[in-house]
Amino acid sequence: MDKPLTQNIRPNREPMDIAEYERAGGYQALRKALQMAPTQIQQMVNDADLRGRGGAGFPAGKKWSFVPMGAEARRPKFYAVNADEMEPGTFKDRLLMEGDPNLVVESTIIASYAIEADVAYLFLRWAYKLSAQRLTKAMAQAYEKGYLGKNILGTSYSLEMYLHTSAGRYMCGEEDGLLNALEGKRPIPRTKPPHAVTVGLWGKPTVVNNVETVANVPYIVTHGAAAFKALSHTDEGGTKLYGISGRVKRTGIWELPMGTTLGEIFHECAGGMSNGYRFRGLLPGGASTSFLLEEHFDAKMDFASMDKTGSRLGTGTIIVLDDKTCPVGMLLNLEQFFARESCGWCTPCREGLPWVRNTLKAIERGDGVPDDLGILQEHTWGLQLGHTFCALAPGAVMPLGSALKYFREDFEKHIQEHRCSYRH
Amino acid sequence: MLTDDEKREIDEELVKYRTKRAAGPEALKVVQKRRGWISDESLKDVARYLELSSEELDAVATCYNFIFRKPVGRHIIVLCDSIVCWALGYRQIREHLQHRLGIGVGQTTRDGRFTLLPGACLGACDQAPVMIVDEQLYVELSPTKVDEVLDKYR
Repeated sequence: MDKPLTQNIRPNREPMDIAEYERAGGYQALRKALQMAPTQIQQMVNDADLRGRGGAGFPAGKKWSFVPMGAEARRPKFYAVNADEMEPGTFKDRLLMEGDPNLVVESTIIASYAIEADVAYLFLRWAYKLSAQRLTKAMAQAYEKGYLGKNILGTSYSLEMYLHTSAGRYMCGEEDGLLNALEGKRPIPRTKPPHAVTVGLWGKPTVVNNVETVANVPYIVTHGAAAFKALSHTDEGGTKLYGISGRVKRTGIWELPMGTTLGEIFHECAGGMSNGYRFRGLLPGGASTSFLLEEHFDAKMDFASMDKTGSRLGTGTIIVLDDKTCPVGMLLNLEQFFARESCGWCTPCREGLPWVRNTLKAIERGDGVPDDLGILQEHTWGLQLGHTFCALAPGAVMPLGSALKYFREDFEKHIQEHRCSYRH
Repeated sequence: MLTDDEKREIDEELVKYRTKRAAGPEALKVVQKRRGWISDESLKDVARYLELSSEELDAVATCYNFIFRKPVGRHIIVLCDSIVCWALGYRQIREHLQHRLGIGVGQTTRDGRFTLLPGACLGACDQAPVMIVDEQLYVELSPTKVDEVLDKYR
């Protein structure tokens, strides 16, 4: 099986430099793309059914198709890569940026061309120092080779690319938060519509795509939409980087067909639980997804199938809960993160999450009362989609709602016994 | 006053953006790299250079976890306390660090050598528990490994 994302990644070795990358076929996709009309590339990506790998699963080609094109479009137009990977439990984009930085740069150039962008930003997370070094080198080499800058490869297309390394805030990974942060404002959401594709950075048309999403574009351009779709087990095209961490035998990231089942990833890639631990549940795609149980192991890990389970594919990096870890403690940790990182713009999130955290803290230390479960439940409604400007708030209560459903007896036991029975 | 060196590096950042204000976070990092943290005086220096009010720039500075508005030590330890590290031994590492350094999370050692900060998921969950010291990520931590790491920083 072709591996569009990880084919050039050599574990425990320096990534390819640009010459090696070119010898491996790198930058051929850009050459081909520049022979095509931008809208043709948009159509190809649309036909490939490439879904947004940042977690929302929105079709990338469709997003691109909303960008005003041609001479009428307001300029400059912007393309931004969301590399602000900060979803707890997620470490997939780091693999791509550290392992094949040239792929990330080439992908960004092609995607920028497809929407006729003038400037591209790589919005990188503060903590990813090694990614920053490697992307900086890959960009500099791309400029030297004429893949970036004025009149790329002798065509009329020009693109400037900049690395922005941020300073640490979860909200910068939200599309509008990212745009505000790039403008030097606090990362807070924006009122939609208008969407960024028409009114984005400094009011100009802007596309934001996740690193893994855009990294698929060279393969699609080279091999076509049909080949990309054929890599998948479902209607959603391509492969997916699946990851797993927690008390399993093997942790890591694997590139597998989109729609590989949860059970396959857990048993075959991760090798099941570490010795001495039993499986309780998992979050399939980062902290802001709902818990799933063993009964869900046959479910396919694609966006549509995961939605049917009541959870979400999210980032596709699984966090496993074992039988020696307290689910209430785990929830407290997750909600502590969300409460700390809330940008404060919307009341349900700003006020609700600290309340959730405090309530969980009380239950965890044995001071909970039966009514607390109702208060927690109420917040899963309070922060639901539509009550806040951005989707991070509903995400923050996804693990909460599902934990109340699947691990209710643990919550009740804490309240009845006034203690956490997982503590030694 | 910003030094010529600081101005030059901020100017390199300004090229990337359409407005001066957009360079705010990067400009603060340029100054922080040299001065260790962002004092009110430093904030004013940067704000004036970017033609912003200090209040506007402070609103941006304070929303970021790694723009320091208080003095910090020579080396910054960021210990991941998010879910996977938490489940795989964060507490033991934290207690060891606190004991070894004689400080709590959020504090600086008396000799100004280390500041210990809590950190959100550092994106290395497959190698938990992890921490960053200055620019370097350290994975699969144990108390012994933490001791080895700390000895590298003076």
